[in-house]
Amino acid sequence: MIDVNALIGTYPFRYVPHPSPDVLVRVLERENLDSAWVGHLPSAFYRDPTPGNTVLYTALALHADKLRPVPTIRPDWPHWERSLEAAVAAGAPAVRAYPAQWQLGPDDQRMKALALACGEQKLALMLTVRFEDLRQRHPLDVAGDLQPSAVRAVARAGADVRIIVTAAGKEFIEEVHWGLTPAEQQRVFWDFSWVWGPPEDHLAKLFRTIGSSRFVYGTQWPLRLAQNSAANIDLLPKELARARLADPTKIFGG
Amino acid sequence: MKEPLIDAHAHFLWEGCGRADWKDVNAARIRAGERMGISCHVSSILGTFGFTSPTYFPSPEDLTAGNDAMLALCRKYGSLVRMLVAVNPNHTTHARKEIQRCVEKGAVGIKLAASRRCDDPLLDPICKLAASLGLPILHHIWQHRRREWPNQEISDGADLAVLAERHPKVTFILAHIGGGGDYQHSYAAIRDVPNIVADTSGSGVDRSMLDEAVAAIGNQRLLWGSDITMETGLAKLRALEHTGLSNAEDLKDIRWRNAARVFGLKVAEPKKPRAESRKPRAGR
Repeated sequence: MIDVNALIGTYPFRYVPHPSPDVLVRVLERENLDSAWVGHLPSAFYRDPTPGNTVLYTALALHADKLRPVPTIRPDWPHWERSLEAAVAAGAPAVRAYPAQWQLGPDDQRMKALALACGEQKLALMLTVRFEDLRQRHPLDVAGDLQPSAVRAVARAGADVRIIVTAAGKEFIEEVHWGLTPAEQQRVFWDFSWVWGPPEDHLAKLFRTIGSSRFVYGTQWPLRLAQNSAANIDLLPKELARARLADPTKIFGG
Repeated sequence: MKEPLIDAHAHFLWEGCGRADWKDVNAARIRAGERMGISCHVSSILGTFGFTSPTYFPSPEDLTAGNDAMLALCRKYGSLVRMLVAVNPNHTTHARKEIQRCVEKGAVGIKLAASRRCDDPLLDPICKLAASLGLPILHHIWQHRRREWPNQEISDGADLAVLAERHPKVTFILAHIGGGGDYQHSYAAIRDVPNIVADTSGSGVDRSMLDEAVAAIGNQRLLWGSDITMETGLAKLRALEHTGLSNAEDLKDIRWRNAARVFGLKVAEPKKPRAESRKPRAGR
């Protein structure tokens, strides 16, 4: 199992303990996870994330067998295409983008351009709905949540686009999924790190309605407990206990 | 015998909630509880959860009906489900009568939501009754109230500390440290108020939440709970083993001992495996 939604580095609005690659590797082992796709948390808040990508590549090099880098690329930054080339060269399976933090509107053409460029390189584009619950945010953290309309717009950019949306809840997922054509739906994958389990059974309902194959495994470590996603799986109703998730390495086919 | 596990913060639904799936939701709680090893769900029903009066401003009629539904669940499930009686402090006479009525039928505590800010003198008659009956009060809390929020007259840890200092004989449970807001503010607010304990429930599973709670108020003042997201409860239960702050005995406190003490529940502690008996030596 791959944790597609892991991060390293500090968070600007609260203390996060031990957000290092060494600890992440130990957590993966403890949680019986094979590997992780890892982003650089501070880069979400940098004006220019490029230096953060360099830090990420360097930090993960010692753990290349377990941790794959997911750099951050800002498509409204000059020459962002060079960062994409660097991502390909570094063996990244995906690219992270944070349109809410960068104040890019839901229909921003530059996000579509990034999604298409990633698709050409067989890289998934990862979008994050939130890092923290809205109710606890620091007064200076004013970005707000990613909006479902932003995901729909990117999903419609082209047939080669593949998006992994992290930290969405049930209503968000449903709004996007049922707002896309069947072909467009196949371009979007979800981690369930923020989807509720019992007694409301949101995850079970989503598995029954849109299918477990639209979901990948993610934890949002180190911000959230790595145990949460496994707990959610463990508490599924019996008939869903063997539901198969998507393999994130095969979301482009093959 | 399994190690007991008491969910200090649970809710059930009933037909008056206006949800067609209310039975499914209740069944899911029991199902997940069995999977997790929950030996007791300490639960409340907040009126009709918004169907005929607001969740956080429930009418007396809705509260009585909801408490009746909760009593019925207690009868159905026996010791697996225990009850907190929910009341609205704005209706003092009803609240006191309702507490008396439900305690006579087995309620083990009082549930206050967000009908009146908790440092208001209107809560005093309820707290005095709680003191006389030896009941704890589970109080809904927004971790760090920085402004008013719609649909509730919300209280935070600092507000609860004011009330708790006025009523030192009552144990107050600060609800759901993972239920939204800044739990770090709550820890600071209640650290020096010994008659406030906190429950771990809520959808929030921030990684530092548990470590900081144990560091601030200690394992004796922390009660495990789930509220309306049981997977986060299970995750916290598993994570507690890795806080680096709890040994096996501390974990027992958080799993059930503290809740048993606060709610006055009789829970049989599993016997420790007996050491292998030595064979008598020959000639002795």
